[in-house]
Amino acid sequence: MTKVQKPEAFAPDDRNQPLYADRVRVYPQAVTGTVRRAKWAVLALCLGLYYLVPWIRWDRGPDQPHQAVLVDMDKGRLFFFWIEVWPQEVYYLTGLLLLGALGIFAATSLFGRVWCGFTCPQTVWTDLYMLVERWIEGDRNARMRRDQKPRWGAADWGIKIGKHAAWVAIAAATGGAWVMYFTDAPTLVMDLLSFDASPTILGFIGLFTLSTYLLAGWAREQVCTYMCPWPRFQSAMLDDDSLAVSYRAWRGEPRGKARDTSAGDCIDCRACVNVCPTGVDIRDGLQLACINCGLCIDACDNIMAKLGRPTALIAFETVGNLAAAGTATCAIPPGPARCAPGMAARRPARLLRPRTWFYAAAMTTIGAVMLWAFVGRTDVAIEALRDRSPLFVRLADGSIRNSYTLKVSDRRHATDRLAVSVEGLPPGAAWQVLDRRDADANGRPLVETRADGVAEFRLFVTTAPEGRPEEESTPVRIRLVAPDGEAERAAVGTIFLRPRT
Amino acid sequence: MPDTMHDTLHGAPHRDEHTGTATTGHEWDGIRELNTPLPRWWLYTFYACIAFSALWVVLYPALPITGATGLLGYTVRGEADADRAAQATAAEPMLARLRATEPEQILADPDLRGYAIAGGRIAFANACAGCHGAGGQGAQGFPNLADDEWLWGGQLAQVEQTIRHGIRAPDDDATRTSMMPRFVADGQLTTAQANDVSEHVLALTNRATDKAAATRGAAVFAENCVSCHGERGEGNREMGAPRLDDQVWLYGGDKTTILRTVSFGRAGAMPAWERRLDPATIRMLTVYVHSLGGTEPSVP
Repeated sequence: MTKVQKPEAFAPDDRNQPLYADRVRVYPQAVTGTVRRAKWAVLALCLGLYYLVPWIRWDRGPDQPHQAVLVDMDKGRLFFFWIEVWPQEVYYLTGLLLLGALGIFAATSLFGRVWCGFTCPQTVWTDLYMLVERWIEGDRNARMRRDQKPRWGAADWGIKIGKHAAWVAIAAATGGAWVMYFTDAPTLVMDLLSFDASPTILGFIGLFTLSTYLLAGWAREQVCTYMCPWPRFQSAMLDDDSLAVSYRAWRGEPRGKARDTSAGDCIDCRACVNVCPTGVDIRDGLQLACINCGLCIDACDNIMAKLGRPTALIAFETVGNLAAAGTATCAIPPGPARCAPGMAARRPARLLRPRTWFYAAAMTTIGAVMLWAFVGRTDVAIEALRDRSPLFVRLADGSIRNSYTLKVSDRRHATDRLAVSVEGLPPGAAWQVLDRRDADANGRPLVETRADGVAEFRLFVTTAPEGRPEEESTPVRIRLVAPDGEAERAAVGTIFLRPRT
Repeated sequence: MPDTMHDTLHGAPHRDEHTGTATTGHEWDGIRELNTPLPRWWLYTFYACIAFSALWVVLYPALPITGATGLLGYTVRGEADADRAAQATAAEPMLARLRATEPEQILADPDLRGYAIAGGRIAFANACAGCHGAGGQGAQGFPNLADDEWLWGGQLAQVEQTIRHGIRAPDDDATRTSMMPRFVADGQLTTAQANDVSEHVLALTNRATDKAAATRGAAVFAENCVSCHGERGEGNREMGAPRLDDQVWLYGGDKTTILRTVSFGRAGAMPAWERRLDPATIRMLTVYVHSLGGTEPSVP
């Protein structure tokens, strides 16, 4: 395999190497091509969803929020179209986070850091900011010329101020849209227009405006290179069969002029470096700062097409294929002759391999558990909390009583009356729901649920004075049934305990 | 070979062959540290953090020195006090409703009842659990509030009265008072008579160990105990005299304990909470105690 160019082994001034490096400004050049179009599509989809979703309305009836997607902190509810999630169901969030983590692992082991290059919010907003920058300031060369001027004229200042004003406007829209996920969007806009928004809301909008402006406008690739932990452990996800943006050194090296017949296909035009949003040279190989966005593929393909050479000198390629093609072509002199045998030595990337099977199995398992838990949700649910201090009470006549707190939750937006039924009691035992005097036709006490909330009741189970249960612990089942009928709405199991002595 | 400390730490110019990165010159056991320069803004962020912490020390109480209170005069205690005041203001409308509503009516209103039980649970943990236990289960000498035995009456109004004025509370004129005499200690009964009457008390629940003594004790009981505990030991709530014919024993129902009770008397005490808790809290406690074991229905 051809050796990639590396710095000299020794440099006389290494003793004076600084411990801190000044930032090298990156001036990414505009580029067109397949990958760029895909990135525009992903950007439009992500930003479109982000800015527009809070405006989707959803009718939930009176006194309920009409926003399709809303995290209601005051009520403690998460609304997602027809789904309402209660705070005690936060395990769904755990499941989603697990799925998200495994999804990124799986995507990385298949296609490299596509999350970083295409969908990460840092990338998406930076891309948007760079687009605006190009519209206002011009492309790479114009920007570099302006920044190198010793003095800026009025036009330069106007352009710079215009750019930052546009950035701040986008940042404010971003911060505002974030808050809309936590409060009613139209109300928020009206409040903002009439200067009635609360200091809390303004504070959060300001915070997210500032962070968007700083991260997408100023920090950019520094976030990926120095702040984000993900580049640091990407190597653990990649193997010989992972497709990642790669330079086919076996074809490109040694670099030379276009008419130099003894050189490889790379003409060292630096188009791949010029378009790179993080300023790396993909020809150095897989590296920490490369976010796998693939814009260098488009840049190189455009040059190769102009030269009449095959495209895909830079491509989504596996480490295994790079090595195989290198071995197959090392005996062939550099140049176009290497292309066909090198490509022939490759084999299709193995997408299905133990690693990806494992990720798929883990994601399927978690998804199935979440789905099972979600489908099993009922409108009415009951929990029975057995009193633990005291475990049991000895009453004056010698009978033993256990006390329970029943928590009846009702997701519906109206109250309901349900009958309580307790089954599996020790022989002769009696039970009562405290302070419930109404009963249905079968003599079972009626309890009233709380609309969109939890109602608490106290249940006492008492043995007959001499009716000591056989077992120390007797399983008991508490059911909520439709009044006058047998249709079960919810049920829960618990136990009845008697003293050991 | 380097011959000075400086040269040991800053060795010859070197570039790591594998990575092509310059080293810092630091070397430990042959391992050289790569020099990957930090971005300078990171350094400035570090300085900014130092400046922030200096500002923090000036503005906030950050040093463990008396008097170093910070220019802003901030204290955690002050913030907690402000929080409590804000919470008290927010709770006031509900507390006012509780003060104006009799316990029976609170039970009939799901909102008030839920609020009272939640508030009562906290007040109970603060004020009552020390003696009565976390779940009102009581202990020797401290009544179980989850059972159906009530020394001074178990209706809501009676429970509230007990909480407000306490039992044998020295600083409250309306407190509940009664006296179990020290029969043997004060010479009113002989030890033999005390033994006999204890056997009689055991006999009330069919547990006498000495039938003859129990029979003798019946006379002693009739003379000394009936006025408070009733002819068959059915108790008297006016006097706070416990039932002796059931299975709930405040101090213990074995003969040794009964004998000690007869000999040396009992005088358990409970504070009058009216002076320490506001009426709304006492009402919430009443409702909470009701939820523990159901108390007793009011007389219609």
